[in-house]
Amino acid sequence: MLTKRIIPCLDIKNGRTVKGVNFLDLRDAGDPIELAKFYSENGAEELVFLDISATEERRKTLAELVLKVAETIDIPFTVGGGISSVEDVEILLNNGADKVSVNSSAVKNPQLINELASKFGSQCVVVAIDAKQIDGNWKVHLVGGKVPTDLDLFEWAKEVELRGAGEILFTSMDHDGTKNGFANEALAKLSTELNIPIIASGGAGTIQHFTDTFIEGKADAALAASVFHFKEITINNLKKELKTQEIPVRL
Amino acid sequence: MNAETNKKLKVSPPLGAGSLVIINYGAGNIQSIKFALKRLGVEAILSNDEAEIRQADKVIFPGVGEASSAMQKLKTSGLDQVIPTLKQPVLGICLGMQLLCNSSEEGNTKSLGIFDVEVKRFSNEVKVPQIGWNQISNLKSGLFEGISENQFMYLVHSYYAPLCKETIATSEYGIQYSSAIQKDNFYGVQFHPEKSSTAGAQILKNFLNL
Repeated sequence: MLTKRIIPCLDIKNGRTVKGVNFLDLRDAGDPIELAKFYSENGAEELVFLDISATEERRKTLAELVLKVAETIDIPFTVGGGISSVEDVEILLNNGADKVSVNSSAVKNPQLINELASKFGSQCVVVAIDAKQIDGNWKVHLVGGKVPTDLDLFEWAKEVELRGAGEILFTSMDHDGTKNGFANEALAKLSTELNIPIIASGGAGTIQHFTDTFIEGKADAALAASVFHFKEITINNLKKELKTQEIPVRL
Repeated sequence: MNAETNKKLKVSPPLGAGSLVIINYGAGNIQSIKFALKRLGVEAILSNDEAEIRQADKVIFPGVGEASSAMQKLKTSGLDQVIPTLKQPVLGICLGMQLLCNSSEEGNTKSLGIFDVEVKRFSNEVKVPQIGWNQISNLKSGLFEGISENQFMYLVHSYYAPLCKETIATSEYGIQYSSAIQKDNFYGVQFHPEKSSTAGAQILKNFLNL
């Protein structure tokens, strides 16, 4: 049986792992390679590396990091942050990344999704969507959640599926950093209306939040950062608890 | 790939005893397989050269992406004629396994035809692609030496090989399908052993020991 995935997210800036609280206040949580190795040996299903410095600097640093990660770990990983062209993606995949995630660049140039899917296959194209509610409507935001757009979350999600995205990583800006739980209502709607896997992101604080996002939010995977980096939750304990709730996990 | 690049990628151990070639035809996450083998102490040779491939003790045939364009790349390099005639153990991974079959619904592709199997798309009763860790069961091959029934493997695919007489492992995703197949010296696995933690590494090791 296909199991639910637990995905630690490593935010990378200048080659180090950081975790933003509501994407702004950054804290250092260690060396990405060490952290990646630790998670791969301690129950993570896959990892996401998000380079939050990529738009301003150094594609090369990211490519080198990807190579080191691929050499070190034996579980799949996704790389995102500032990826805006077929060439960017080609380098990262050649260096051993399994998937790439695109966000702002896909909104600015939706055709990029089609190009990536046809050149590399849908299975390696994750479209990350950051959204928050404005007057009760979920609106897509860009540049790490700083810039609002007129795009409706659900319409955009359906469009990226049609264009060939293999997976959606949905971060609720309203929940991210709050540790009050995931945006389960929106997640469930995405999961029901689309036929590609949905990764829940933003709001993990307790084990119960993960249970809720798999059951109520119908998520296929759940991503979190600080609860894992600061060892507030261990992945093995989390998965044991999910199993007692009859949620399929790899144990 | 041109001869010069090939030369550059060649690693020190000479061809012959113990050599392993990963077929490099521009459609695969080759780096990950190379690193996985390196963790097992094996330096793989990346090649699309017929002579080099024929001389290898073991051949890995990777593949990610879309079936018809991958098949086209094989044809361009003439490898579509070479692979079916190989005599040493060959391991097709993911799309590599699918291309060892007769045909694929993906891009209506006629493939290598080693297995008399038609690769089909998952129905929309399930989310497509399947992404994540699923179990492999009904294990029947030396490839799975030391691997327990229902072991978890990492899979990412939209198309599958149905159950057939060459099935050596099954998985369930809406239906039961072949997660591994074997015929003579040809092995195919739908999952990614190079990304499936220690159990995946064990399967690669078993392949090296065949």
